[in-house]
Amino acid sequence: MSAARRKTTYREAVRDAIREAMLRDPRVFLMGEDVGRYGGCYAVSKGLLQEFGEERIRDTPLSESGFVGAGIGAALNGMRPIVEVMSVNFSLLALDQIVNNAATIPHMSGGQFAVPLVIRMATGSGRQLAAQHSHSLEGWYAHIPGLKVLAPATLEDARGMLWSALEDPNPVLIFEHVQLYNMEGELDAAAGAVPISGAAIRRPGRDLSIVTYGGSLSKCLAAATALAGEGIEAEVIDLRSLRPLDDATIMASVARTRRVLIVDEGWRSGGISAEISARIVEQAFYELDAPPARLCGVEVPIPYPKHLEDASVPQAESIRAAARALVRPT
Amino acid sequence: MSDFRMPSLGADMEKGTVVEWLKKPGEKIARGDVVAVVETQKGAFEVEIFEDGVLSEILVPVGTEVPVGAVLARIESGEAKPLAKPAPPAPRPAVAPSPTPPPRPSLPSAGERLRLSPAAARRAAELHVDPHSVTGSGQGGAITLADIEAAVARAGRTTGEKGRRGFDPSAMRQAIASAMARSKREIPHYYLSLPIDMSRALQWLAAENARRDVENRLLAGVLLLKATALALKDVPELNGFWIEGGPRLSTGIHVGWAISLRGGGLMAPAIHDADGKSIDQLMAALRDLVVRARTARLRGSEMTDPTVTVTSLGERGAERVYGVIYPPQLAIVGFGAVRPAPAIVDGAVAARPTVYATVSGDHRASDGVSGSRLLAAIDSRLQAPEAL
Repeated sequence: MSAARRKTTYREAVRDAIREAMLRDPRVFLMGEDVGRYGGCYAVSKGLLQEFGEERIRDTPLSESGFVGAGIGAALNGMRPIVEVMSVNFSLLALDQIVNNAATIPHMSGGQFAVPLVIRMATGSGRQLAAQHSHSLEGWYAHIPGLKVLAPATLEDARGMLWSALEDPNPVLIFEHVQLYNMEGELDAAAGAVPISGAAIRRPGRDLSIVTYGGSLSKCLAAATALAGEGIEAEVIDLRSLRPLDDATIMASVARTRRVLIVDEGWRSGGISAEISARIVEQAFYELDAPPARLCGVEVPIPYPKHLEDASVPQAESIRAAARALVRPT
Repeated sequence: MSDFRMPSLGADMEKGTVVEWLKKPGEKIARGDVVAVVETQKGAFEVEIFEDGVLSEILVPVGTEVPVGAVLARIESGEAKPLAKPAPPAPRPAVAPSPTPPPRPSLPSAGERLRLSPAAARRAAELHVDPHSVTGSGQGGAITLADIEAAVARAGRTTGEKGRRGFDPSAMRQAIASAMARSKREIPHYYLSLPIDMSRALQWLAAENARRDVENRLLAGVLLLKATALALKDVPELNGFWIEGGPRLSTGIHVGWAISLRGGGLMAPAIHDADGKSIDQLMAALRDLVVRARTARLRGSEMTDPTVTVTSLGERGAERVYGVIYPPQLAIVGFGAVRPAPAIVDGAVAARPTVYATVSGDHRASDGVSGSRLLAAIDSRLQAPEAL
């Protein structure tokens, strides 16, 4: 095994994951709006049309319901489709296909039909794309039995989750936060598939647990570094998977730290953070030394102006303040 | 063999500290003896014993804070009675927690609930710490795990350090806050008032005082006290307690007389059987009570026994006072300052010394008609001062 590491970006890691899947399995193909000639709206699939041709890198009409449905049909018929939906906001046009068909067919057929479909979507705010392109609706999908919902927040997961998702017989949704595409870092040259179940402790700490995922992870880690300067050691948990949730890792962490802050860019009311908080209270009530706290997106459609957009979702400084208030109430 | 327990000296008391033992192990004790001095949020009280026997063993040393109901000492009873009466005499306030041995944390009472984190609660149970004795540093004053552990660490050093006698004004404020908040939360009050012509009462008082030496002079308050006690005989439904969802009326009329303390705060210790005492006996009892309240020498039973409260604002007070009932009592009677006021006498307006009598009643136990009858009865008693 080579220990060599190379510089890369999140965008390149996702592209490498798609390439690897295309090369390893002839049943894999990529389908979506502008994924071919344009190279993907976030330039993830740039160059893949030239490498793999129109059969396997397919531009689709602007019809989410149509091409997601086609992806389900392809999966049912033995293919391994990767469907890209430009933004989670647009996926609402395909809700019927995702929720009523992809998620249900394996169950309604008594397990006779698998739907080994992967849908990739961009999610989140931070790129001034305003209220119709910037929301974080992955928590909604985490409500649906029959789906797996992933949120790669690191280069390793961007590189490794796709193959494992394609191997899974169930429909898997992968949410890529728009602010992560430009994230740079080093990745093992031999990096490959990673498990798609289980949360990861990205930073150990004793004073509180910060539970987060996706685009908020790097902000939480920055907050944790700053908190360490104040003598507060935060443990940062990257959920990785929103469905299923890794209760065991969360509860074990809360049992150690006894305080928990859940950070989620999505809206608070009825959000994934509410579900996590409820589970902590159900399963780890007697471990708690303070009520579970949540830091979520402000309940407004994400604004266009930069300063308002920034103010509408958790940032490193507000995470730091919320963590401090939890550990050292005044 | 019986247990002498930390008594509940009021609806708001959750714990107390033994600051003095007045009897030694082996010493003979008789019913009514003051055995110990206990400090509470309302200051120090002398606690009596309610049986005869021998103090065989002291279980709680001076300076130790324990919850209400904790066993303080063991009594070897003279004739080996199976179970002696526990220290808090009946009627016992509804909120007093059931007796628990000292190491077990007592449950929060129905009044102010303890803010205790789940982790802290579990650790307190493991370490046998009473969380009521711990100050919280968490959100909203919640007691956290670290607070419990710090309390345990501290306990080794400072047990016995609290052997002072006196009271802490902020603790008393807390106690009043707790009792009054509970009253307003649980008791549906009704309020009534009646102006009472005090001409005859004051004339009688002036004549009476003219023939007394200064030390034995009477205050107007004692007439109000006696008139109220007698009036309660006519309206017994306002005298007693609301316990476990129902009224428990008292045959004895033990008037809690509200005394404001110089350091701030308020107490309403009992004048027992006020209806049966002469004016002179009542005056002596009042003087004694005020002095002892202000020097923290009240008896435990004086705190638990009042069946009703009377608050009199005195000469410089406001015109009317609508009191807040001290739970679990059923009523509080208030008197404002005696002031000249226009009255209609024989069809003409005349200036008369007037006092506004008020009653706040627990509407669960009685209706306004009872309160109204009580005020009318007080009025008629005050119109015949020589009979008081």
